[in-house]
Amino acid sequence: MAKQLTPQETMRIDLNPPKEGWMDIPVKIKEGIYSYATKPEKVEDVGMPNPHKWAVTDEDWGLPENWKEVFLEGFRERLEKHRSFKIFMDICVRCGACADKCHFFLGSGDPKNMPVVRAELLRSIYRGELTTAGRILGRLAGGRKLTRQVLKEIWYYMFQCTECRRCSLFCPYGIDTAEVTIIGRELLNLFGLNINWIQEPVSNCYKFGNHLGLQPHTFKQNIEFMLMDIEEFVGIKIEPTFNRKGAEILFITPSGDVFAEPGIYTLMGYLMLFEHIGLDYTWSTYASEGGNFGFFTSLEMAQRLNAKMYHEAKRLGVKWILGGECGHMWRVVHQYMNTFNEPVDSLEEPVSPITGTKFENAKSLKMVHISEFTADLIKHGKLKLEPSRNDHLKVTFHDSCNPSRAMGLLDEPRYVLKNVCNNFYEMPENTIREQTFCCGSGSGLNAGENMELRMRGGLPRANAVKYVSEKHGVNVLANVCAIDRATLSASMEYWCPDVAVAGVSELVANALIMEGENDRSLNLRGEEIPGRGTQDEEAQEDV
Amino acid sequence: MDIIISLGAVLAIIVVALVGAQATGLQYLLGIIIPYAAFAVFLVGFVKRVLDWARSPVPFRIPTTAGQEVSLPWIKSAKLDNPSTTSGVIARMALEIFAFRSLFRNTKAEWRSGFLIQGPAKWLWLGALLFHYGFLVTAVRHLRLFVDPIPAWINGIDMIDGMLQIGAPPVYISDLLLIGGLAILLVRRLALPKVRYISLPADYFPLFLILAIGITGLLMRFFFRVDIVGVKTLVVGLASFRPTLPDGIGAMFFIHVLLVCTLLAYFPFSKLMHMGGVFLSPTRNLANTNRMKRHINPWWKPPKFHPYEEYEDEFRELMKEAGIPVERE
Repeated sequence: MAKQLTPQETMRIDLNPPKEGWMDIPVKIKEGIYSYATKPEKVEDVGMPNPHKWAVTDEDWGLPENWKEVFLEGFRERLEKHRSFKIFMDICVRCGACADKCHFFLGSGDPKNMPVVRAELLRSIYRGELTTAGRILGRLAGGRKLTRQVLKEIWYYMFQCTECRRCSLFCPYGIDTAEVTIIGRELLNLFGLNINWIQEPVSNCYKFGNHLGLQPHTFKQNIEFMLMDIEEFVGIKIEPTFNRKGAEILFITPSGDVFAEPGIYTLMGYLMLFEHIGLDYTWSTYASEGGNFGFFTSLEMAQRLNAKMYHEAKRLGVKWILGGECGHMWRVVHQYMNTFNEPVDSLEEPVSPITGTKFENAKSLKMVHISEFTADLIKHGKLKLEPSRNDHLKVTFHDSCNPSRAMGLLDEPRYVLKNVCNNFYEMPENTIREQTFCCGSGSGLNAGENMELRMRGGLPRANAVKYVSEKHGVNVLANVCAIDRATLSASMEYWCPDVAVAGVSELVANALIMEGENDRSLNLRGEEIPGRGTQDEEAQEDV
Repeated sequence: MDIIISLGAVLAIIVVALVGAQATGLQYLLGIIIPYAAFAVFLVGFVKRVLDWARSPVPFRIPTTAGQEVSLPWIKSAKLDNPSTTSGVIARMALEIFAFRSLFRNTKAEWRSGFLIQGPAKWLWLGALLFHYGFLVTAVRHLRLFVDPIPAWINGIDMIDGMLQIGAPPVYISDLLLIGGLAILLVRRLALPKVRYISLPADYFPLFLILAIGITGLLMRFFFRVDIVGVKTLVVGLASFRPTLPDGIGAMFFIHVLLVCTLLAYFPFSKLMHMGGVFLSPTRNLANTNRMKRHINPWWKPPKFHPYEEYEDEFRELMKEAGIPVERE
């Protein structure tokens, strides 16, 4: 739709809902909003149920005979397994506090994107099919029956939620739509009704170790290309190791940063940072994915993909794991990994080998976030920095949903940024930190075919960027998330074309004074740093 | 339609009580049998519902973090909004339950000259707070009818509640809060298109019901005076399980009581259970200690994953060629 609708057209949004009640309006599945159906072989690869060929535009989605019983039984089972789900089905008072907190609602005006209605899609089934009052009173008790049409509606809206938890922040009872969506998607996956943009990375990650399906030699090669770039732009040679036993630290980051701009610059940043401090660490081609699209499929699938991290740490005999910049990776790592897995005895409580700092907050899981690690290095004066190299950049910081609302990593990246950039500006306060807006394409919705949805969902975030861009001349949107780097790039191109997207670690590396470096007139992107090249020439002329 | 049905249901209850109050036999039903039954339904239903929630485990530690985590010692953490200790969680819950912290955070999204502004929005918070405190004090104040002699603390509350000294008998502050809060909540629900859109009969009914309870209470106090000595005799009798039915209490009392009984009996099956649920909400009542302490999932199963050994078997030659170390040559 980026082709079809101009930003001005997209911005014509009516936030007032229609007169007719939402139960009376059957779902209309619109092109540009939905992502394509999963390919059956990708479902088969990981042994999930009901692999079959289907398309979203088909009348018949290839549901098994007994789909209704399976759905309701799955519903019941999950009520018994998750107190969160059970309570969230029972206690919503529909106060509406969440209604205008969702980026998809704000960007689309589709009333079923109000978090309360998204949850009511399932609640109405819960009441109408699983409670006595609802079975007898029906609509009067807010209940409705599960039909094929209703299932399509649930599908359509479960894949218009990025599980960002912004609504849950404002809910007086902490009702978390992410829980509802996670379970809603689990139920749909009982019938093989995933989107391919999620299912294919899941299959890839299971088989090859990463979402992109990079085989071990390709993974290594991609990083070697970046090493060549570093040699060219910075003038230093770095030789990292892969799958090395006996390294002190295992480093795991999303594979997106091994693959595409601007994520690769962040990855170059890691390589330079670790070289700068002489870190004894290794990459792994097997545990080569920090992210976890399994989390967007089912909690079981999330667990199955996540298991590789500890498995590999144990095999390599490292002391602890360092994790790169990624949003949903840290949701899984911080809130689930310590429950998904049995502890690994060979791991030790993480201690920075450079500063001696004990990461007390990670003493049980033994996994530290790169921003925590870098902030500690800077605090102890272990990095030689020349922040003026980033002076041509006016930087703002986008808090990713998961590190903010499922962890609380807010000040670490800011501390790092303020030490490597001289020009830092915050976006308006109700759009940052725990109140941050999603990039609009999280939770596996960063496909190409649903671009209208993505641009609409990205609008609230982009609009706040536009504000600081106009007010302060901000031209860089920094973040600590690989999905952000990909999706915000598209969103900025559409909404604020003057703003570039960069990982925090890229900006760190730009400011790092590396031993044996060249004149550093180029940044990690190979672009000339304004003022720097000419200054050097002038200096030479003076001599 | 939902509004008319809900309002109709409340009016029907009033009519039933009005008719019933005319006959002594039915008065017995309205004044003694139904109150006992409603209270039993409330107690058993409430406890059952809470136990049913508690039966479901909390497999994962999923607090919604609303501030800075505990990480490096020199970074100040948000002890209330992102607690990592039990006392922090208790304080967070207390703020949530007594001050409606999350609602206080509410914003209103509005377009202003090309920018999407998240401005402050406090009406919902205010209405909810007034209503709940008004209701609480009114309920506590009613305890004076259940015991004889009346303990000093209840009289104290009564005195403070009536200290405005407006009118005779004086208007209670809690009545004003209750009715004012309800009015805000009801007007919001009717007037704001988004809130009206999401409203169900289950949202209007309790509002009308509680409003009717409040109004009948006020009517009894100011306009249709009931025999307060008779009321006290009846209520003390109920509370001491020696129920008696004095004559000439007045119809308004029976209407008021039947509405209250409806509320009690309806409570455990409705959204009003948020009163119990808010305490159990896992996104609020868990400490953010995820990486410090292991959280156990009672239905945990070992994952079926793709182990390294199989991976190496599949890619050994490619790995060797690329100079990546392998376990078995």
